[in-house]
Amino acid sequence: MYGSGILKGLGVTFRHLITTFIDDIQWLGRKRDVDVFQQKQSLANRGLVTVEYPDEKLAVPERFRFTPFLITYNQDDPDYPGKDWCTSCGICAKVCPPQCIWIVRGTDPKTGRPKPEPEQFYIDIDICMNCGYCAEYCPFDAIKMDHNYELASYERTSAHIHDKARLSREIRYWQSIAPTIAAEEEAARGGYDHTDVQKARKKAGLEPSRPGPYAAKPAEPEPAPAAVAVAEPPAAAAPQIEASKTESAPAPKAEATPPASAADGETPPHPGWVKRGKRWIDPNAKVEPVRRKGKGE
Amino acid sequence: MTDQVLPQVTDLPSTIAALKERFPNAVKDDTRNGYEGVIVDAASLPDFARVIRDEYGFNYLSSLTAVDYLGHGDHLEVVYHAFRVPSGGKPLVFKAQTDRQDAVIPSLVSIYPGADFQEREAYDLYGIHFAGHPNLKRILLWEGFEGHPMRKDYHEAYYEQETKPFDTRWPGGHVFRGEEYNPFGHNVRYPAGFTLDDYKPQSEADFQQSMALGVDIMGDPAFRTDRLVVNLGPHHPSTHGVFRMMVALTGETIESLEPVMGYLHRNHEKIGERNTWYGNMPFTDRLDYICSMCNNLAYAITVEQMMGGQVSVPYRAEVIRVLMAELTRITNHLWSIGFLLNDLGAFFTPALYAIQTREYILDFFEATAGSRMMCNYMRIGGVFKDLPQRIRSEAALINDRVRDMDTLEYLEQLINDRLPRSIDELDELLSESEIIKSRCIGVGLLPAEMAIAYSASGPLLRASGVPYDIRRANPYSIYPELEFDICTRPNGDIYDRYYLRLDEMRQSVRILKQILPRLKDTQGQPIFGGKTSYSIKVPAGEAYGFAENPKGELGFYLVSMGGGNPWRYHVRAPSFINLTPLGEMCKGHKVADVVAVLGSIDIVLGETDR
Amino acid sequence: MSNGEINLRDLQHPDIPVPEEMQSNIAVTSLSSLYNWARSRSIWPMLFGLACCAIEMIATAASRFDLARFGMEVMRASPRQADLMIVSGTVTKKMVVPIVRLYNQMPEPKYVLAMGACASGGGPFKEGYNVVSGIDKYIPVDVYVPGCPPTPQALLYGLIALQKKIERQSLGVGASVPWYGGGPSEEVPIPILGPDIIDPRHAELLRKEAQKNRPTPTVSEALAESAQPESA
Ligand code: SF4
Ligand code: SF4
Ligand code: SF4
Repeated sequence: MYGSGILKGLGVTFRHLITTFIDDIQWLGRKRDVDVFQQKQSLANRGLVTVEYPDEKLAVPERFRFTPFLITYNQDDPDYPGKDWCTSCGICAKVCPPQCIWIVRGTDPKTGRPKPEPEQFYIDIDICMNCGYCAEYCPFDAIKMDHNYELASYERTSAHIHDKARLSREIRYWQSIAPTIAAEEEAARGGYDHTDVQKARKKAGLEPSRPGPYAAKPAEPEPAPAAVAVAEPPAAAAPQIEASKTESAPAPKAEATPPASAADGETPPHPGWVKRGKRWIDPNAKVEPVRRKGKGE
Repeated sequence: MTDQVLPQVTDLPSTIAALKERFPNAVKDDTRNGYEGVIVDAASLPDFARVIRDEYGFNYLSSLTAVDYLGHGDHLEVVYHAFRVPSGGKPLVFKAQTDRQDAVIPSLVSIYPGADFQEREAYDLYGIHFAGHPNLKRILLWEGFEGHPMRKDYHEAYYEQETKPFDTRWPGGHVFRGEEYNPFGHNVRYPAGFTLDDYKPQSEADFQQSMALGVDIMGDPAFRTDRLVVNLGPHHPSTHGVFRMMVALTGETIESLEPVMGYLHRNHEKIGERNTWYGNMPFTDRLDYICSMCNNLAYAITVEQMMGGQVSVPYRAEVIRVLMAELTRITNHLWSIGFLLNDLGAFFTPALYAIQTREYILDFFEATAGSRMMCNYMRIGGVFKDLPQRIRSEAALINDRVRDMDTLEYLEQLINDRLPRSIDELDELLSESEIIKSRCIGVGLLPAEMAIAYSASGPLLRASGVPYDIRRANPYSIYPELEFDICTRPNGDIYDRYYLRLDEMRQSVRILKQILPRLKDTQGQPIFGGKTSYSIKVPAGEAYGFAENPKGELGFYLVSMGGGNPWRYHVRAPSFINLTPLGEMCKGHKVADVVAVLGSIDIVLGETDR
Repeated sequence: MSNGEINLRDLQHPDIPVPEEMQSNIAVTSLSSLYNWARSRSIWPMLFGLACCAIEMIATAASRFDLARFGMEVMRASPRQADLMIVSGTVTKKMVVPIVRLYNQMPEPKYVLAMGACASGGGPFKEGYNVVSGIDKYIPVDVYVPGCPPTPQALLYGLIALQKKIERQSLGVGASVPWYGGGPSEEVPIPILGPDIIDPRHAELLRKEAQKNRPTPTVSEALAESAQPESA
């Protein structure tokens, strides 16, 4: 029959329509629950699929790469607070395909000889192609790819060349966004500490590497707590934005929190994580200016 | 293609020997180290081409490009790669050399119509005049552009150094933006003494005249006839990007059509010659940005070919490569079917379904390679990293367990359930629709002989009934041990191209099903057999590597001088060459069919214009 | 805008004195917030893609990320019906001519979002001879979204930033945008394809440069030049 093909096709669209409505009805009021979100995003799903950004966000995988950032020791590190991991070896600047990394090698003020520390470090993110080569070839695990994609700005001349201060992040940030990779790298380094630091410690007759604030843990498949919310509760988000505005060093709070969460009788997915409402968050990572607005704000 | 009986010479060396005998003075071996093929005297090039096409069966001129050997003999060289289609086998490489000052080479368009755009490109970028070309004009740049940018002595405004890495980046990397060092603050460079005062740019009327379409007579007060020049693009909802077509119409019927491109010409090859060998990998992502994995693969196999025994790709890496390539093929075909339907007027529903399925594959790419589209995943000698254990993130931002799933389990579900279901659904939605049939069947015909003559490749060629698939004709990776059929369709119209893509997706799923057990068996095996150093040197020589991309034959013609950067980096872009027959395919149809025909060719502008 | 009811331009007319304390009149502010609220939730983007980033833009418009939630699903192919131009991809010199023309054809109020590294500042292909280093060299940009390509969520973040920007614009006196202030903004002169792309605003500069009688220096030449005085 002429037209039967069209009808058949319309049947498919009609099926989609119905399934989405069924989904809508059966998830009425629970649309943002994590299990609903899971169903929506699963491979078996046939109906609703929408991720309601910004209320819910699709998590990014650990290997996700956006713009690069530099790693430093934690500010509260007893021995090397805030020390750069970058040794200014220049490999990333050489390997970068569009040549958007600029490094001024540090010099020792006394001897005038180069020292393994960058004086200035710039990345022009208007050129960066997020390829990840810098992170891949850095021999010191000093440059990594950030997961923060919320970078929109109203002004580019001042905001889009990231300087060293803007690029530097504490190592705990990297450990929190990519725990498995960080653990693998730690194992490859032979300990928590930077390779050069390890060498220096060995020379000085110390234990080459100290145990890190987060002990390297094997990748367990199911560390997440039973109830997790996907959406970030707005109430919880507000103070964090406040905190980011102060731009204070996030460190001191870290030690205070774990006991509090342990008291619940639940193990946090990572040491140092705290429970806010129903979900676990990393108090230190959150203080990072994730929601940084452009200059114009 | 010819009624003559083909000579029994099938292997390449004896063919070359026979050809040398036939043209004793004009053909000689290319004896440079690392080079292959023959150098043909420019004057006897057309004769040579006719003989190899008619008598030796090299009926398919795949790639034509130029190389500037400034400082290495100071000549320009045009390099041709001709294949036998559909029987396959290695290409016959022949070259013609010419002077840099007065570069003239006879055109081969009359013998291989597929040389048309490629010769225009070589003219545009290298300034080689192809004597006898019917329409030798700039193709990627505009008329009036100063210079031929691919020549080695052409320096653009932001030129810093011949090769990367640049010295200004380290150790004294005082940051600057290129525009700070340009008097205009823009990426511009004008010849000496240039002012705007008496400059007359090419007008639109001249432009149309030069397209041999005649002047738009709409402006003529004595307008009586109904011949009309219509401009489609470069901003047009249905041109798949910034593509422009000039169409001459009689009433609603197309008399002739000229593609105008270059609106996304972003100097891929020029930058590629400055990049390091590794540096080009992420740039290939941006060629056909829907199929970055396949582009990576084609580039990697080309460089591996040049490195010879220095690298060996481990088996598991090959398995992963094929996995990625076939998943990419499915994404591409989903995308192209969705957007073909868009072009036919079924605005967005089929595309939405297609994109939704594509997202699942992208999730996997994102978890494995780190980016949804710009995967940068293959390395010379393997792949970047093994598959992740689990598809998930422990990112602090959100505790999302959605993708907390074993990777293999995810793949299994995807391949065994989700993809076949989506393909069947598209099939059910579209294949029998009377509207689609009446719009597509018999429209945009491309007969087999024409497809071969015009160097069409990929689905476009196979939909015309030519069973030519590089995965079989010139196998690479582990395709020889995998079972799949080369899909063909008999008629070569839009519907066949659509349906062929559906079939190919099913074949891809079939391949993927064979990949799954191999993935399990090889777990834990190495994935990289190349050099771990951040910069590699490639032995001097040339190589043409090619792979069956979802859109057709993606080839890389690379020349190395033995250093850390390619001397020549040419991309044989299927989207570009598949456009050559567009004008012929559209002739006689209605103007509304143009977009459908274009949609069925399936181009991506990043690759067309590079 | 509004015919007959309130002509906002009149408020700026020098003959109608507006008392100091009335300038931030509550009627105007609440009107602007209502107006801005409505505008920011019905931004119609132009259906317009340039390069790789356009694919992510389409993915954003598709079901998974769904621009319709922001009232932006109506992608208009005609610039006459569009409020927002998402410059999604590499801007080449050949393409900037139509882009500027399209921008001029868009009715005011109009916004531009530069999506991706390329549109913001040239991107990985910046050094190329046919690439414009940022669309803001020609037309004003409201929001920049870095990334190569920005993921759909990053683009959505940029669009929300644009909404916020619109919400802050005031209609009344001292408007921060040209079209509520002193009349329609000027058209951007259309670049000319000469030996290289020419911005007509550079005519004077070109004349000055022409007297030096040498091709425009490349960056490497300029670098060498600027290094000379120091060494000398
Ligand atoms: S490669 Fe690593 S250590 Fe070397 S300069 Fe770059 S960031 Fe620093
Ligand atoms: S991600 Fe790639 S382009 Fe960006 S800074 Fe690193 S190496 Fe350069
Ligand atoms: S920013 Fe990157 S993804 Fe976007 S258009 Fe440019 S090269 Fe393509």
